[in-house]
Amino acid sequence: MPTSDYDPACLPDLLPLYYRRLFPYSQYYRWLSYGGVSKNYFQNREFSFTLKDDIYVRYQSFSTQSELEKEMQKMNPYKIDIGAVYSHRPSQHNTVKSGTFQALEKELVFDIDMTDYDDVRSCCSAADICSKCWTLMTIAIRILDRALREDFGFQHLLWVYSGRRGVHCWVCDEAARKLSVAARSAVAEYLSLVKGGEETVKKVVLSEPIHPFISQSLIVVEHYFPQYAIVGQELLGSKASVDKVLSLLPEDILYELLNTYQTEKNPMKRWEQLRSAVHQKRATSKKGAQYFDKEIMLQYCYPRLDVNVSKGVNHLLKSPFSVHPKTGRISVPIDLKNLDKFDPFEVPTISLICEELDKPLAAAEEEEEEVKDKENETEPGERRKIRDYKQTSLAKYVKLFDQFLDAMARSRKGEILKKSDLQKEF
Amino acid sequence: MFQFIPKVFSGVQVRDLCRPLEFLHAKLVIHVFMDLTLRPGAQSCWNRKGPSPHCFHKAGMRDRTGKIIMQFSGRRKKVTLNQQHELYGHCLQFYCQPPLENISLTEFEGFAIDRLKLLKAVENLGVSYVKTTEQYKKKLHTEFSNLGFPHREEVDDLNSNKNLVGPTEYEKRRKDHISHFILRLAYCQTEDLRRWFIQQEMDLFRYRFSMLQSKYKTEFLHKNNLKYDTISADEKSNLKDQLINSSYAVSGTTVAEQDFYKVPFQDALDLVRTRKVFLKGGYAYIPHQDIVTIVLNDFRTRLSKALALTARSLPAVQSDERLQPLLNHLSHAYVGQDYSIQKNIGKVSLEQIDPLSGKSFPLCMRQLHKALRENHHLRHGGRMQYGLFLKGIGLTLDQALQFWRSEFIKGKVDADKFDKAYAYSIRHMFGKEGKRTDYTPYSCMKVILSNPPSQGDYHGCPFRHSDPELLKQKLQSYKLAPGGIMQILDLVKGMHYQLACQKYFELTHNIDDAGFSLNHPNQYFMESQKLLSGGREVKKEAEMPQRGQENTASNGPSVPPSRQHNTTQPLDDMGDLDSYFLDE
Ligand SMILES: [Zn+2]
Repeated sequence: MPTSDYDPACLPDLLPLYYRRLFPYSQYYRWLSYGGVSKNYFQNREFSFTLKDDIYVRYQSFSTQSELEKEMQKMNPYKIDIGAVYSHRPSQHNTVKSGTFQALEKELVFDIDMTDYDDVRSCCSAADICSKCWTLMTIAIRILDRALREDFGFQHLLWVYSGRRGVHCWVCDEAARKLSVAARSAVAEYLSLVKGGEETVKKVVLSEPIHPFISQSLIVVEHYFPQYAIVGQELLGSKASVDKVLSLLPEDILYELLNTYQTEKNPMKRWEQLRSAVHQKRATSKKGAQYFDKEIMLQYCYPRLDVNVSKGVNHLLKSPFSVHPKTGRISVPIDLKNLDKFDPFEVPTISLICEELDKPLAAAEEEEEEVKDKENETEPGERRKIRDYKQTSLAKYVKLFDQFLDAMARSRKGEILKKSDLQKEF
Repeated sequence: MFQFIPKVFSGVQVRDLCRPLEFLHAKLVIHVFMDLTLRPGAQSCWNRKGPSPHCFHKAGMRDRTGKIIMQFSGRRKKVTLNQQHELYGHCLQFYCQPPLENISLTEFEGFAIDRLKLLKAVENLGVSYVKTTEQYKKKLHTEFSNLGFPHREEVDDLNSNKNLVGPTEYEKRRKDHISHFILRLAYCQTEDLRRWFIQQEMDLFRYRFSMLQSKYKTEFLHKNNLKYDTISADEKSNLKDQLINSSYAVSGTTVAEQDFYKVPFQDALDLVRTRKVFLKGGYAYIPHQDIVTIVLNDFRTRLSKALALTARSLPAVQSDERLQPLLNHLSHAYVGQDYSIQKNIGKVSLEQIDPLSGKSFPLCMRQLHKALRENHHLRHGGRMQYGLFLKGIGLTLDQALQFWRSEFIKGKVDADKFDKAYAYSIRHMFGKEGKRTDYTPYSCMKVILSNPPSQGDYHGCPFRHSDPELLKQKLQSYKLAPGGIMQILDLVKGMHYQLACQKYFELTHNIDDAGFSLNHPNQYFMESQKLLSGGREVKKEAEMPQRGQENTASNGPSVPPSRQHNTTQPLDDMGDLDSYFLDE
């Protein structure tokens, strides 16, 4: 894997190239038009650009794909955010009578940020991440993806790497886009287990009976926990870390374990002892719901959602294929089929893909045929762009995006057929 | 009990309620109290007991087209038995039909105020007690019957009730019906009001529905044509384990016995939010015993639509000088004092904030202030809660900008970044940006109930959102007496967060009785300042033995004696209405 070092100072030089030759406009437009089913869906969508020197421009909107392209190539935004679909064109929001300009729809979104795990990571802090703590994101994606599909019945979930220290999820089903604020916050709360701020020590408390959603989530957490937490984060290694874990236990177990840990130093065995102490207590106690070991695992590994991001219809979220100005990495879709292999440090930077434009990849030729098929239907300019990104490491991520869009188009078609069948019946 | 009513309307000259027709503006399409059919030239004849029998004054509402949508008048027509049975056959209703009968002004006032008192009680109890507890139900039941609202499922035979004292069950149901519609008028006008009204009416409905016997629940569903899909026995046995594990009250045997309803999860958000229902493929599987959730969802949807409609057909209310004070005061009663309107703006200097935070800030603000000083940063929730509080105690916009900037630039934020990323939201708080709404400082209720703190947050209510152990340590570090700390922790355990805070006030100010009922951080500050500057008479327990434990425990409805005396004096300002509603 060639790694082109990214230097933030070069960003102003790279962005024009990226927006002229690499940004996947046609897919992007295809996504946000949603098959053109509802009128003005793309036209009334808010985009906001962050320009050089943190200048923030809200309420941008575009009537066509080419208008979007032109504007982006003119402004060369450092960062692009996507907002809601409004009742009117956002660019004209000042001309609309006050009170009538309203956010109507938006994808249901989730934002998981590694900084929210600072109290349970020992490897890094704040904006830093490493391959050890990235497991937390893997766990988060597994848990939320399952729940959103199986519990809530959503199908079109786009998981995107934020470009730095987290992941975003865009739930794009029509039903999700139409959810009210109350429904969004209910979904987010259903999915939240870790509660409390800096003034709370014990952030997960389970009660009887354990809800199926929690059982399902525990299966995921238990799969990763020993390797990630006990080995990777050395949860039961240092004294400080042990004390922190033990503070989540009731006093009698705490003292019992302090005693045992004086002789037992092996972290994995310590964890086993903790579990058996908890199980023993559960077996002898008359009180129900003694799931201290599970609570510890959840407190350390369960996804931490920023509920406020999910709640608001008009909340902005960084767009897929936007560049992260600090790392230079592109916000790319994540392939859930190979989730455990996803490595944020392998995500291409803008400098890498711009460089690749000049030296064609071998892989590009294999897909030449496929490109030819598409070329028949597309404009010459478009064709060149397709050829351009196909040359770079961005190609496989655009392909993922294409697959996502195809799946959505298929189910839209299915819906239409179902409706016309219904009509026939009557 | 009704002695205060004239004060409520002290801004309205009762005699002005009747005016000749030509006085009316043609566009004034909606009138409450106004007699639209008044003959030209008729003179006022209103008195406190209602209109004279010779006058055809009516009060009501008309929509734009002139259709009467609600009407009251001085001459009360007897509702026929049939109508009575149709409208009030069930002790609970969905309020689908607006009242069409005539009603006197006295009744109008009395009904409105009683319902408002009831909703205030619902709100107060909701904060002090868990809504499913017996205690909550008992307290609410007491309020309900004291205020004369219907609570019996059966109605006595109409002809045999002559010997009974007080209103009949039918009359109570009528009061429930009409008073609900009157408050719709007062509470439809802004989104905040609508939200408050819907919330209280929903809590009230939930309580009333849950108190019904099973057969009356079914009857209610039937009467209101509420039908929900149930799942088959097969599906039930396939999902048995999941159904059992999704609800406290479902067990193996009850799964087989009861119906499960399958509804889109959007229709059962309260159960989804608290994870008290099984979800699969976007559907919530609701056991019969939780059916109140779906019914309540219907109730909310309908009420919210109705309020929006009412608001749209009421444009004239704003310009009607007779009506506006009444409705406004009915609707303002819920927020209490508005702490965004500050009389002492600019009277606090930035240097005073540190000492003030120790002396006069409630614990939540003290905690935020400390976190800000230590971390040179606060996340959004903290900035809002603390920033609005500071605005409320009198910081000017310039002071606030200076205050936040000087603290933030000590941390990771440079002045340039501050001006770009944070100054906007501070100006926003002062209504200088965006929608230009002037934000109101958060009340205790808002701090306790909305936007709970998460990782990295210091906002919220320390009595609600801290681990009791940490709270204890913190109080110890503030040198509170161990006995006092125990009392606070007991209140916290009983979920009386505002009372715990009030106790903290008493302990830190060294008084036995705060003498006010705490519901706002800025109120805490003002009371503290009054006390510390000697502007308030300190009330020691010994001086007022009539204030019993019971009064304190029900959180709130207590008014300092100084205000109670006021009730006999004329009020030039109706802003004090709230205190009347707190008084029982
Ligand atoms: Zn790390």
